[in-house]
Amino acid sequence: MSEKNIIKIKDPILSIQNLSVAYDKNNYAVKDVSVEVKKNTVTAIMGPSGCGKSTLLRALNRMHELYENIETKGTVLLNGQDIYKLPTIRVRRMTGMVFQRPNPFPTMSIYDNVIAGYKLNGIRLKKSEKDEIVERSLRDVVLWEEVKDSLFKKGTFLSGGQQQRLCIARALAFGPEVILLDEPTSALDPVATSKVEDLLTKLKENYTIILVTHNMAQAARISDYSLFMYLGELVEYDKTKNMFTNPQDKRTEEYLTGKFG
Amino acid sequence: MNALHQIDTSKRRLLKDRIFYWLVIAMAGLTISPIVLIISKLIAKGYKQISFEFIIRNTPDTYEAMTAISNNELIPGGIANGITGTLLMVVLAAIIAIPVGIITGIYLYENQGKRLANLTRNISDIIQGVPSIVLGLIAYLWIVKNVTNGYSALAGSVSLSIMMLPMIIRSTEETLKMIPQTLKEAGLALGVPYYKVILKILVPTGFSGLLTGILLAISRVMGETAPLMLTALGSSVINLNISEPTSAIPLLIWEFYNDPNMVDLIWSSSLLLMGIVLLLNIVSKQIAAKRK
Amino acid sequence: MNSDKITRIVLYSFSFLIILVAGGMVFSLVGGAIPAIKTFGLQFIWSNVWDPTEGSENYGALPFIAGTLITSFVALILCLPLSLATSLFLGEYFRNTRIARIIGLMVDLLAGIPSIVYGLWGFYVLRPFLIDMGFENQGFGVFTSSLILAIMIIPYATSLGNEIISMVPNDLKEAAYSMGATRMEVISTVILPTARSGIFAGYILAFGRALGETMAVTMLIGNSNRVPDSFFGTGNTMASVIANQFGEADGLKLSSLIVIGLLLFLITGIVNGIGKLIIKKMG
Repeated sequence: MSEKNIIKIKDPILSIQNLSVAYDKNNYAVKDVSVEVKKNTVTAIMGPSGCGKSTLLRALNRMHELYENIETKGTVLLNGQDIYKLPTIRVRRMTGMVFQRPNPFPTMSIYDNVIAGYKLNGIRLKKSEKDEIVERSLRDVVLWEEVKDSLFKKGTFLSGGQQQRLCIARALAFGPEVILLDEPTSALDPVATSKVEDLLTKLKENYTIILVTHNMAQAARISDYSLFMYLGELVEYDKTKNMFTNPQDKRTEEYLTGKFG
Repeated sequence: MNALHQIDTSKRRLLKDRIFYWLVIAMAGLTISPIVLIISKLIAKGYKQISFEFIIRNTPDTYEAMTAISNNELIPGGIANGITGTLLMVVLAAIIAIPVGIITGIYLYENQGKRLANLTRNISDIIQGVPSIVLGLIAYLWIVKNVTNGYSALAGSVSLSIMMLPMIIRSTEETLKMIPQTLKEAGLALGVPYYKVILKILVPTGFSGLLTGILLAISRVMGETAPLMLTALGSSVINLNISEPTSAIPLLIWEFYNDPNMVDLIWSSSLLLMGIVLLLNIVSKQIAAKRK
Repeated sequence: MNSDKITRIVLYSFSFLIILVAGGMVFSLVGGAIPAIKTFGLQFIWSNVWDPTEGSENYGALPFIAGTLITSFVALILCLPLSLATSLFLGEYFRNTRIARIIGLMVDLLAGIPSIVYGLWGFYVLRPFLIDMGFENQGFGVFTSSLILAIMIIPYATSLGNEIISMVPNDLKEAAYSMGATRMEVISTVILPTARSGIFAGYILAFGRALGETMAVTMLIGNSNRVPDSFFGTGNTMASVIANQFGEADGLKLSSLIVIGLLLFLITGIVNGIGKLIIKKMG
């Protein structure tokens, strides 16, 4: 353990301590991972498919518990609170999640999609509050100008890239501490991808972003810190610049140079 | 950033969620309770009467039944006339419906998207929705009035076969759709004639699927009463002549229900009918499950 | 002519046979209905007289049309919460589990029980139960029939709903969960809105089933040839009047029953057509 290159962070917003996740007994998808995440940064989780990176991400808002027979050990502190000691629905309200495929709710308008978090959590808002949240969130994701005249149309008529930005707006609207993104550009074309990437670099001013990606170039472009996982283990965690220029572990190096993955 | 998301609604919502969960379970339990209640009622009240006698003897007349009841004995006799009638009519209906249904199903499979095929499929769906009593009326108008000049097993079979047709057509088409296209092409590439590809490749490959559809269709029509009241009418003795009135198990149940002296026989007859129907049902589901 | 061509012609002609059968059904019903239509005209639908006295024969279908629509509609309302809960049980809460397979099989078996067995059970078990509960005096009538019809149509409403609910994409549900929704909230805001047209279509098809059910209703509705005067009142349906009166019918009465059969055919055809159209639109 000790020879692994895992840097420490001062005053982390998120602190993962000895986290292990097993899908069934002794079949660990995440093995004893300890990582701290700095506020207002983009942190990328990388690794070959099946390395446990999505499971790690999902363990941060306990979405992995949707599957049965999940066993989780360890601690995850978000702003100093152990999320495994809180009700799941509160944990999930503190984080926003964006998925691989854009998934706006097909039965709701763009407007309703943005405030879906409030609706789902049974919080009643005044019309003016709603309007304000919708406009601010859509401006945050640079979608306002494109959709302001069709707010009450179904979100599913937008292009893939617009849909994904709408989904990010939906995650932002609720004011989360951390935004978790699970390969958010894997279903998008290059132009839409670069728009989303620009957006993420802008959003880190106000939010902390954790991003799973299998696209190394993307991690290099937008992340401040990178985390490399292999077979459920955390292999290396460092500033992105350092990891890409001078990987300490042989496996990281092989992955970054395309030897496997 | 914004204070709204700090409002904690979790306790009330989690409680609601729990209540809803148990409500769903309770309602699902309530939904399936009739099947348990019905089967246990039939067994409790009907098992005494069921015997070898019951299967091989004809229905007693009212007088015999009345004597037995006043002597506190089991009603003598059985429902052999009903069992043979049901078998006769269902087998005849199957003989009519299976070839027509399978061939039409093959036609629909081979002509996906064509207009005549779509029309046929829609019409088959319409026929499936026609109430069985209306099918009885139609078989009455066709067969009783014009062919056998009187109530007959043939008329009963025709009404049942119209009922079976759409089910067989649909299951045939669905089954064939699941067979890989390459299998058919491989046959055709060998220069095998089209009809042989159908008979030697498609039908055998989809055999268990076709069988499932046929058994389900049979189990559905076996319990039908209404169309037979208008066509086969009933008979107190075994009849194997298709142009004569014939009984069936459900017809007998209806007769017993309407005759205060025979009413004790409804449970055993229903138990037998239900046993056969459910057995066919489960066997066909089992075959279908094995395929997957 | 080669064998392939013959094969094609055989397939084609059997498909044509189906169209012919359906056409023949309509043709025969209309043919049989003509004497009554000629005598009573359109008024047949609105008249509530049913008088078989020779010489002054007069028939109308209103009581039966009303009885059919009322019992089927009440049955649909009664079946709604049960089948929706069962669809959620099978398609969401316990999807792909052993218990769901068993419950699903039992629901399917409900569809396999013959109508006449439902009638017996309704008559000998449900009816006395309703009397004991103080719901009804006689136990016959609209409510009892609707209750048994509700049980009979549950499998039809449930199976489509269950299938559609289980097909709601997982990532939509996850999006809602990730915002802190409880399972019930995911069901009410994501699953049901997404699946609603399929669920609705299932209810329409179930309604179509209820319209044509004969034996169980005949045994429970009381068979009085009038428009039901209350929720618990007796009445008659189109299917059960045909079953009841057919044996002694000929001439004008038979023709009137055939008109009722034709009307039933049309109503169920329209209802089922709407259901299928909704399913087709969903793709």
